[in-house]
Amino acid sequence: MLRYSSVFWSINSSVSSVVHFAANVAIAAIIAVPAMAMAETAEEKGLAIAHEADRRGEGFTDLESTMRMVLISKRGEKSERELRVKTLEGQGEGEGDKGLTIFDTPADVRGTALLTWSYKDKDDDQWLYLPALRRVKTISSRNQSGSFMGSEFAFEDMRAQEVEKYTYKFLREEACGELTCFVSERVPTDKYSGYTRQEVWMDTVEYRVQKVDYYDRKKSLLKTLTMTDYAQYKDKFWRPSLMLMINHQTGKSTELHWNDYKFSTGLKESDFSQNSLMRAR
Amino acid sequence: MIDFLRKATFSVTASRLTGLSLSVFAASLFPAPAHAWDFRGEVAGEGRYFTEGRGYNEYWHNGSAYLKAEVLHDWNDRRDLFTFIPYARVDEHDEDRTHADIRELSWIHVADTWESRVGVRKVFWGVTEGRHLVDIINQTDLVDQIDGEEKLGQQMVNVSTVQDWGILDVYLLPGFRERTFPGEDGRPRLPVVIDQDHAQYESAAEQERVDAAIRLQMFLGSWQVALSHFSGTSREPLLLPNIQDLTPAQIGALVTTQQLPVGFDARLTPYYSVIDQTGLELQYINEGWIWKLEAISRSGEGDRFAAYDAGFEFTQYALFGSDIDLGYIVEYMYEDRNELLASPFEHDWLFGGRMTFNDVASTELLMGLIYDPHSEEKAISFESSRRFGDRLKVSLEGRFYADTGGAPTAGQVFLGALLEQAPDTPLAVYTNDDMVQLEMVYYF
Repeated sequence: MLRYSSVFWSINSSVSSVVHFAANVAIAAIIAVPAMAMAETAEEKGLAIAHEADRRGEGFTDLESTMRMVLISKRGEKSERELRVKTLEGQGEGEGDKGLTIFDTPADVRGTALLTWSYKDKDDDQWLYLPALRRVKTISSRNQSGSFMGSEFAFEDMRAQEVEKYTYKFLREEACGELTCFVSERVPTDKYSGYTRQEVWMDTVEYRVQKVDYYDRKKSLLKTLTMTDYAQYKDKFWRPSLMLMINHQTGKSTELHWNDYKFSTGLKESDFSQNSLMRAR
Repeated sequence: MIDFLRKATFSVTASRLTGLSLSVFAASLFPAPAHAWDFRGEVAGEGRYFTEGRGYNEYWHNGSAYLKAEVLHDWNDRRDLFTFIPYARVDEHDEDRTHADIRELSWIHVADTWESRVGVRKVFWGVTEGRHLVDIINQTDLVDQIDGEEKLGQQMVNVSTVQDWGILDVYLLPGFRERTFPGEDGRPRLPVVIDQDHAQYESAAEQERVDAAIRLQMFLGSWQVALSHFSGTSREPLLLPNIQDLTPAQIGALVTTQQLPVGFDARLTPYYSVIDQTGLELQYINEGWIWKLEAISRSGEGDRFAAYDAGFEFTQYALFGSDIDLGYIVEYMYEDRNELLASPFEHDWLFGGRMTFNDVASTELLMGLIYDPHSEEKAISFESSRRFGDRLKVSLEGRFYADTGGAPTAGQVFLGALLEQAPDTPLAVYTNDDMVQLEMVYYF
């Protein structure tokens, strides 16, 4: 899927060239040989769309941005928090992205920072820096379904949506606003996921995620994410400036306002070490 | 004592911005262009209520307040960072707890593969929650917090390098800080007053000795390892009773009556040895379990001895489909030291639980039990905290001691030292110091 979450401490979803080749072949087949395309199953088509979206997100090198999170209660009361996010794209085969998230508000957690080293084939490594104690603490990255900072976003929603983390099924094509969207179903492969399945709307022109419906373990509709105000950076990478997550079961919602996207600022591996975590402030 | 019960957790929530005058004041003092200068801090008030009645001091409640400011500056594209953190506390009863310190006054310079950190700083080493055996760079500010988590700033030159094989830190530590202790009017305190003005040193250089330390951290997949060595003046003093000031007749009376002579000026004098301490930190992360070990071997203070703290941490996320996370820790603490010198946690279990509500106010509940299966001693603590608005955090905390036996008198402490008998229940000194504490911290 489109790697919208790569702006977080995300996992590199650069797929091996072999898989790319297969995906491109699959897409070429749809265009060139309609008869062949008929033979493509819904699962294959869903996967091909995911791979294409993934391919379009590759090569960003590194990225910095700021985020303002607005938590909205059922009664409409709002509370805010601010954080900064830095990401370094993984280069190697199994190596994922590295991410550094720094919390600026609320004041009692300012200076707290989270370092993540992601992998495609195993759990992420994560360290949390607690500034009052000057302590770097290893934390478990097993937390999938837990709330991120008390918001309606779960940790797994914030992580990169790498291709390998789901199985896919293409459902249909339909209008989504002024665009046309592929609608696919994806099922998390992680047994710790809080979802049984998700439905994803992705536009057919730029392969940007427009909407996601999340179904809980009881298979009822839990949340809807909409991503809007897309802008293109470096003539290639699309990023939304607003993500809205609505929880249908609690009536609460969360807005993520993204600002100051900066691509390829020259971040290095050494900016994602335990030492840099300690001086993130 | 139980870091796990005190530390901030990763349940970072926020609330409304409150345009408060202090921050406006701060902003006008430092009109910060692009984060070049940053001025911030916290001010807190603390109230304690002792629930058991008389301790070694006979007051039932105590008020205290502190101010911690931070001046931060960076330049050269954040390759140079300046930090200044002054700290001051006032206390209603204990004049020794009314104190000030420079927690940090340092300059960090960052190069490509290494960085230097020069000045007064605080450094933490370690992985476990029950004891911080390996952590040795900074002196403990024990008068500030009896749990040992507060530290005094330490002068240092530290060079750190990040390599493919890990992170290597080398420290030169010129100048020694003496441990602070609760004063004569402090509560809780020991039954005998500590003579903080006449500390003794093994090193002829006393506080001027230059100590050194080195630490290597490696990240090996699911394993994380750190090896360290410290050579210098021990941060933990031995406390020597002034038995030599007793006449033979007075000693005879002490043995028969367990009482010191009336009017005798009983003192414990801190004695700082020169030690060598090697430390090991080990972590293994698997399926949400974090297995931990801290171990040390120390020579120079009596016989060489070893100590360790080993256990695990596990968290259940989104408990029963709610937003609540529930974390557990279990650790065993062991020390093979001469029991006269051993810590109260020489063969003790720690059981801890942490409930994180993941709500807007970052509500949290923490519970801990330290249990000594030999003596049945128990130290119990709880802490709950939440935020009000964007800048105020309130915590309610309690510490209780059970099955510790009666609190020893000064005479019994002296007699124990004279006969070289270690107490069966080393926590007995705190037995009457059960307390509940309310703290409010305002961040500006």
